[in-house]
Amino acid sequence: MTTVSAEYVVEKAQQRRKLPPALIAGGAVLGVIVGLAIFAPLVTSYNPTTQDLTNILAGPSAAHWLGTDQLGRDVWSRLVYGARTDLFVAFIAVLSPFVIGTLAGVFAGYFGSALDATVMRLADVVVAFPFYVLVMLLVFLLGPGTGSIIIAITVVSWVSYARIVRGATLVAKNQEYVLATKAEGFSTSRIVLRHIVPNVVSQAIVFATSDIVLDILAIVTLGYLGLGIPPPTPDWGEMMASGQQFLTTHWELSTIPGIAVVLTGLGLSLLGDGLAELLSVER
Amino acid sequence: MLARYVARRLLLLVPVVFGVTLLLFFSIHLVPGDPARSFLGDRATPSAVAALNKAWGLDHPIPVQYWLFLDRLVHGNLGQSLFYQSSTAGLLVGRLPVTLLLLVYGAVGSVIISVPLATLAALHPGGAADHSVRVVGTVGIGMPSFWVGTCLIILFGLVVPVFPVGGYGETWPSHLWSLVLPGLTIAISVSPMLVRSLRTSLIEALGSDYVAFARAKGASPSVVLTRYGLRNAAVAAVSVLGVNIGFLVGSTVVIENVFALPGLGSLMVQSILDRDFPVVQGITLVFAVLVVLVYLLTDLAYAVLDPRVRLT
Repeated sequence: MTTVSAEYVVEKAQQRRKLPPALIAGGAVLGVIVGLAIFAPLVTSYNPTTQDLTNILAGPSAAHWLGTDQLGRDVWSRLVYGARTDLFVAFIAVLSPFVIGTLAGVFAGYFGSALDATVMRLADVVVAFPFYVLVMLLVFLLGPGTGSIIIAITVVSWVSYARIVRGATLVAKNQEYVLATKAEGFSTSRIVLRHIVPNVVSQAIVFATSDIVLDILAIVTLGYLGLGIPPPTPDWGEMMASGQQFLTTHWELSTIPGIAVVLTGLGLSLLGDGLAELLSVER
Repeated sequence: MLARYVARRLLLLVPVVFGVTLLLFFSIHLVPGDPARSFLGDRATPSAVAALNKAWGLDHPIPVQYWLFLDRLVHGNLGQSLFYQSSTAGLLVGRLPVTLLLLVYGAVGSVIISVPLATLAALHPGGAADHSVRVVGTVGIGMPSFWVGTCLIILFGLVVPVFPVGGYGETWPSHLWSLVLPGLTIAISVSPMLVRSLRTSLIEALGSDYVAFARAKGASPSVVLTRYGLRNAAVAAVSVLGVNIGFLVGSTVVIENVFALPGLGSLMVQSILDRDFPVVQGITLVFAVLVVLVYLLTDLAYAVLDPRVRLT
């Protein structure tokens, strides 16, 4: 019996060391994109907003790898700096609903009664609006800009985190380890923050990896519709919108930024799948 | 039993409707500064601003304002459009059919795409087909819907010019024909999510006791699939679509702009750019009503189809 358990322990340890392949693949794809965004000044040779009206709509060349746009700006530079803009906004736009939603969900689930009812009715009201419609309304009311986009996305998407975490909290609060902390006489804040949150947060983390894909899509869509980050700041959505009028002659202008979005989404989705496997969370 | 379920479900609607009207009412107060001045622009005369404040009831205390707002809503009065100088409600009624028709195209198209793919994946979970469907879905979920539309415009507008790539046409046949590409775009954007949920419910259905029993009684694989698997998948598809109606509406709003369709979505974006508050507020209300109605119908349809739901 002792020999069996020793082998079992070794096998378990080996399993643990092996990361899910999806995590590695997703991490690699995303690593390249984030790396390019961070080191943007090193991998581009042009300022993304500098216009060169003598050299507009030029095709790919040694000087301009992906050509230039209708104002003679280098497309590769705008793509890389666009990654900087969009990934940064998406990161903040996923972090703030993650924190707010997780806290709302854990407190609603733990305390129940009136707090729970209020939070859940509020969530019902938010999901009565289509995601894009409510985000567009809020951006309209708050005025264009990065701050408005982040606030708008936060107002809408905290709901998913709250619902997921609330469900997990309802299960967790009757588990023995939580009952034990109560018997020990720990303070409520300590029980919630030190014992429940660490156990329910993994589901929220896994959800965040698919939610950030939706946020990136929302950000580029707002940019495409002319409601996003104000120009001349490079943004993938705005690039695709301004390329659309040259679709018949320069179709690459509006398709290349889309490929960047798809690759980013793919990297994040793979990362999410791998993370779900690692944390053993059902997606 | 069903009547009680319906009554309870309708009762649950009350706080939602209250919350939706409250949010729409307060939306004007989210605008930084004086709302009327903000929407009329800096060059508006003080008398014009005062007139708008009076028309919108902004010169009353907040509770009275909310009451006036509700009173206008129940009379179908969504105010005057600032840009078109006409009734907002009339404007929206004219645009609604395009959006509803496009929603139907998108919903039907996504079912046509998703059901076969999900079935293929669910027949042998973990098999080659399952993996291929999953890879396609993972790539598809990250595609911006307007980008899919742009790619279809390039493909069908420039390479194989079969379908119109923009506009709505003048006659009914041309309306129906011009919505093919936009509808396909929406279907492609919604399908990855639909396939994912459908695959899960199909695997569950095919692994259930009654399917095992049918197999034991000698039902052929095709009978098991069509009679037990697909029927469940179709019901599941409708409910997944119902739950995700907000997502479907969102893609419709965006896609109308890609294909220059005269629906509510393109009007909303144009009105945001024109700073036409009553129109933006009115369209938001229409979409919220649509979503709430679809949620309700989905729940009721489910209660009719599956009596167990009524017990919970």
